[in-house]
Amino acid sequence: MAKKHYHKRGAKALTYTALLGPFAVLFGLFQLAPVLWVAINSFLYEGEFTLDNYRSIFDSAFTLQSFYNSLWLSLISSVIGLVIALLLVNSLRKVDCRLRRAVIAFINMSSNFSGVPLAFAFIIILGVNGSVTLLLRSTGLVEEFDLYSKWGLLAIYTYFQIPLAVLLLYPAFDTLKDELQEAAQLLGATTLQYIRKVALPLLTPAIIGTFVILIANAMGAYASVYALTSGNYNVITIRIAALVSGDIFLEPNLAAAISVLLMLIMAVIVMINYTLLNRSRYARKQ
Amino acid sequence: MQGNNKLFHRLVIAVIVFVMLTPVLATLLYSLSTRWGATVLPEGLTFKWYIDLLSDPRFLLSFARSLFVCSAGLALCIAVMIPVIFIVFYSLPGLKKLFNFIVVLPFAVPPVVSSVGLLQLYSDGFLPISGTFWILIFTYFTIVIPFVYRSMANSFAAVSLHDLVDAARLLGASTTQAFFMCVLPNLKKGILSAVFISFSILIGEFVFANILVGTRYETLQIYLFNTRQISGHFTSALVIFYFAFIFLLTFLASRLGNRK
Repeated sequence: MAKKHYHKRGAKALTYTALLGPFAVLFGLFQLAPVLWVAINSFLYEGEFTLDNYRSIFDSAFTLQSFYNSLWLSLISSVIGLVIALLLVNSLRKVDCRLRRAVIAFINMSSNFSGVPLAFAFIIILGVNGSVTLLLRSTGLVEEFDLYSKWGLLAIYTYFQIPLAVLLLYPAFDTLKDELQEAAQLLGATTLQYIRKVALPLLTPAIIGTFVILIANAMGAYASVYALTSGNYNVITIRIAALVSGDIFLEPNLAAAISVLLMLIMAVIVMINYTLLNRSRYARKQ
Repeated sequence: MQGNNKLFHRLVIAVIVFVMLTPVLATLLYSLSTRWGATVLPEGLTFKWYIDLLSDPRFLLSFARSLFVCSAGLALCIAVMIPVIFIVFYSLPGLKKLFNFIVVLPFAVPPVVSSVGLLQLYSDGFLPISGTFWILIFTYFTIVIPFVYRSMANSFAAVSLHDLVDAARLLGASTTQAFFMCVLPNLKKGILSAVFISFSILIGEFVFANILVGTRYETLQIYLFNTRQISGHFTSALVIFYFAFIFLLTFLASRLGNRK
């Protein structure tokens, strides 16, 4: 009897292994192993354990510039994208259902419009002879718009942040019922007071969460910058890729160290997000 | 006051949607124009670029390659995840927490970072598949894990799995039979919606394709990048083709989502 039970347990373990095994192997080989390789090799230089890779990041003004550029682009594009998305979602909540659905369907689709195709679309409209550039120049608003500079990149980053922000924020607005605003108005609150004291505190968790995802999205962006500037604009992802697949000289261990720093920055941002989130929850409980 | 407000909100929506639409519309117009040099509007209209595109064997081949690696990666992911999700929801619910963490990993690690390790691990050694389509299939498998897991988990959360299997076994079915005949049909909708979302993400994938494989196995995105020197109009036609394909996929996904 006991033996039979034992057999059954053995068979069960075997079934679990057979069913979970393929996933574990593939996930280990192609998701965990590369990250582990990066983490370990960032501390190795010519086979020896060292911090040299990290030191050379902080010694190189060029590498530091890539961090500065990535952070600048990510922060500003996330803020602008978030503000535009808030405006859009707020207005969507106030119009009739059919228009709302159509716009959300369009936004859903445009969330896939990123990377190389988006960069080409931007070259067509905002390039040296792009129609929007020509329009801007003829109105005298802008003297010269350089798409291949940080302002051009900011435009393209903001463009691909908006759909993501809208899709993430849209469900959160469910908490803002019309009755809340009516109640606030009955109690004598102005619209501004309602936004500041009721709407924004309720939305804070969603806004912070969205902001973090936007930043991570922008920090990891590679295809749009690569396609737009052929890899000539200095951001972290371009730096990393150039160190492992460029044509000059390859330094995979330095690339690993930069990768670890990139992930550290993202982890810090997520941690700040959690702290802020807890605080806002705490505030709500009071 | 109410009417004014509504007008204001419509205006906000119109302006933002117009700005978001401009790159798409401009690309469409550019792909249809004979020449569009230093003027605000193009000189003449033509379908020439689309005919050129569709008769370019290099384009057709790259599109076929993309379809192949995306379908293979996605099929692999679905095949591997179905037993996993069944075990997690039926036998070992304790693993749910672990899996909720595991499935966000592909999101948390930027593809550029993964590709640093992948390039070193699989360029030589026991599995030298870097530079071939195999590495794309396996990395695409990891990319779509979150989407496939999430949508299947949502389907499972909607049915009471234990009651379903118990009822089937009470009627004399084995667990395996119960799984294939009662549980799997319930997953169909979740899998289908995951397929369309995942496919539109994979077809737009550029990082792995560019860093790990590049021109050695030219996918649609790599082809798109490489045609940038040929002609802006030709490239635009390609972008519009790509966008139309994505449109079709998202349309099908939303149709499935709405059908109850």
